[in-house]
Amino acid sequence: MLLTLLAAAGLALLRVRNLFAVVMLAGIYSLLSAGLFTVMDAVDVAFTEAAVGAGISTVLFLGALALCGHQENKPGHTPLLPLFVVLVTGGLLVWGTMDMPGFGDPANPVHHHVADHYIDESYHEIEIPNVVTSVLASYRGYDTMGETTVVFAAAVGVMILLAGRLGRRPRPEGKGDGG
Amino acid sequence: MRGEVVVRVGAKVLAPFIITFGLCVHFHGDYSPGGGFQAGVILAAAIALLALVYGLEAVQKVVTPRFVRACAALGVIIFAGVGVVTMVLGHNYLGYDALAEGHAGQHYGILGVELGVLVTVFGVMVTVFYLFAGRRGRTQ
Repeated sequence: MLLTLLAAAGLALLRVRNLFAVVMLAGIYSLLSAGLFTVMDAVDVAFTEAAVGAGISTVLFLGALALCGHQENKPGHTPLLPLFVVLVTGGLLVWGTMDMPGFGDPANPVHHHVADHYIDESYHEIEIPNVVTSVLASYRGYDTMGETTVVFAAAVGVMILLAGRLGRRPRPEGKGDGG
Repeated sequence: MRGEVVVRVGAKVLAPFIITFGLCVHFHGDYSPGGGFQAGVILAAAIALLALVYGLEAVQKVVTPRFVRACAALGVIIFAGVGVVTMVLGHNYLGYDALAEGHAGQHYGILGVELGVLVTVFGVMVTVFYLFAGRRGRTQ
């Protein structure tokens, strides 16, 4: 059911030319994905998807829309070559999945490398009930620190691109009405 | 949107709850879904909501762009600082057991680094939002 709605939202996203509707559909798409993650018991991921995908990025897209207008330009070329490339790439990816073990099979190698240890032992070793948090912040603390640094670096990149007048007062006509 | 009474009052009523919820998500991350990242995004969303309804300048008077930029860097320092503290206490870098007897240190350590994540994510999200919302568009 959720997958059907996801597919419908995705197709609608492709068809619609009004960018405002596209942004709203993208938000709906994220919310549906969050629902899907919840169904699959991945509440932490669902939480992030709902907050980032459906929340903040929708607002950022709206901010960008205020800058670039609401109507998408007609494409200036026929979509046949891109379609061909996409079909070939998609075919290769599907072909690649043939070698993968069955989806959701509990005997998959990925479920028996360190996952068993985390699920069985993390409460004794870390003494907090949320395994996701203990993996994220304790077992994989270095990774999370790297991620935090990456987020910071991304912000620095955005600042360099968008804020040419950093540190100075915004010009008087630069009064944003906040979208 | 600033003229709508319902929107203005609604935003004013909701914002404190959103912020409280964000902090709850952070401090309860050990026991329930969530953590620093989600909490940071939720706090940023509260700021974005207020900015959308009351205008960017009004919000930037309270949460200045300078402050959020500092937050983005401060979070990384908090995270790395927790690691340095555990090293000074004689354990591995980010070895939280150094912070208290037994495994209680894991709680403090995780809360500490998640606080770093929260501060960075909040600072980054609000900075990006300010940058986008503060630019003048061609079509307005």
